[in-house]
Amino acid sequence: MKSLKSLYLKLLMAGIFLTLLSACHDDDDNEGPMPDPEPRQYRYQVSVTNLTNAQPMSPFAVVLHNEGMLWNIGESANDAMENLAESGDKSQVLELDVVLASSSGADILMPGSSETIEVVVADIEPVYLSAATMLVNTNDAFTGINALDVSHLAMNESISLVMGSYDAGTEKNSEIAETIPGPAAGGEGFNAERDDVDFVAAHPGVVSMDDGLTQSVLTQAHRFDNPTIRVTVTRIE
Amino acid sequence: MMKMKWMAALAPLVVASNAWSQNLQITITNLTQGTYFTPLLIAAHSSDAVMFRVGQYASPELQAIAEVGDISSMGTLLTSVSANMVENPADGLLAPGESIATTLENLEGNDYLSLASMLLPTNDGFVGLDSWMIPTEPGTYTINLNAYDAGTEANDEIVNGAGAPGEPGIPVAPGMDAGIGGTGVTSTEDNTLVHIHRGNLGDDDPNGGKSDLDNTVHRWLNPVAVVTIVVN
Repeated sequence: MKSLKSLYLKLLMAGIFLTLLSACHDDDDNEGPMPDPEPRQYRYQVSVTNLTNAQPMSPFAVVLHNEGMLWNIGESANDAMENLAESGDKSQVLELDVVLASSSGADILMPGSSETIEVVVADIEPVYLSAATMLVNTNDAFTGINALDVSHLAMNESISLVMGSYDAGTEKNSEIAETIPGPAAGGEGFNAERDDVDFVAAHPGVVSMDDGLTQSVLTQAHRFDNPTIRVTVTRIE
Repeated sequence: MMKMKWMAALAPLVVASNAWSQNLQITITNLTQGTYFTPLLIAAHSSDAVMFRVGQYASPELQAIAEVGDISSMGTLLTSVSANMVENPADGLLAPGESIATTLENLEGNDYLSLASMLLPTNDGFVGLDSWMIPTEPGTYTINLNAYDAGTEANDEIVNGAGAPGEPGIPVAPGMDAGIGGTGVTSTEDNTLVHIHRGNLGDDDPNGGKSDLDNTVHRWLNPVAVVTIVVN
């Protein structure tokens, strides 16, 4: 990783050197003012696959940012992530202060399905890419990628990874019908009350009525294990 | 005067041998929402030493860690093979969601990193890392850790204060969120080798059922911990 980065730095310096040379050349030949350069764009393709058996995923939020994390293990979820994790509503995540550019999944991502989402930013080379989605047949489970460093990605280079699921810690995992918004239950989504441990951690999985939680609306089919998504991020511009 | 000369002559040698040591900054995060880690034992050791290995019998030293969270005998064993160690960096339990950072200086020959800590509440579950080869290339490395079963005790899931290796039961549920009156999930341990833990079963009856554990609180999925190691 380190050597890749230093190689990239060397290439970057070489690039600056070449740019200076061509600028000199322009000065010699052209009398008029130089035309405004085209704004430089950084475009990424984010391909996501839902690896679960029966956990549809809410439309993905994809954001580019230079600082911050969407969530931190052991710390309280921010309101934006609480909303996403309890109801699948990604709107507040897209509007976080640190966000340079954002994009969204087209629709619910069904188990076994894949989707490619593009996100683009002009002029600023972004450092991080994050994405998040709710596992909708749960109280407050979500998955995603948290501040993936994309700053060293060359054109057409990609990073692939699989991710497990997290528990927002903002709602007890009661699995009661009234508290789960997904199709298995049709209950409530967001609730501002935080009646759980109030810190983000790895999700313990759902128990279900078939495995000893009498009050659960979920069945054995809704259980999941890690990983829950596969993600490939490719820089295409 | 003679002695001083000897010291002066030895000094460059000492420096040369220190050049082989590495400085490791190690951060361990408990990823769970309801499982505690007992005092951690982290060691850099040679390729000949092993704290645990999947598919092999747990040593009495590992059994003491996995059943009661006691790292002292494993510490003695590792000292006898000249391992470099950090014992109990969190100064007690590492609570769910918590992280602990520590540093470890590993001398030449101690090129493998291992760690172990009991998971509470479990009968003989532990989080572990077995012989990760420490890279010579400086950088930041991240490793996910799984939960293992020492295979030394039946997973009855009865919280009864059991305080000695070989004694059935779980010493304590530190979150004070366990039930009572469980009849016992099982009284046998079918796989007596170290293996990936199947997880707690738990139940939804705080005053009975098979388990004293809560199935919405005391279960987990792997990984249960993440370790970040900065090699300087």
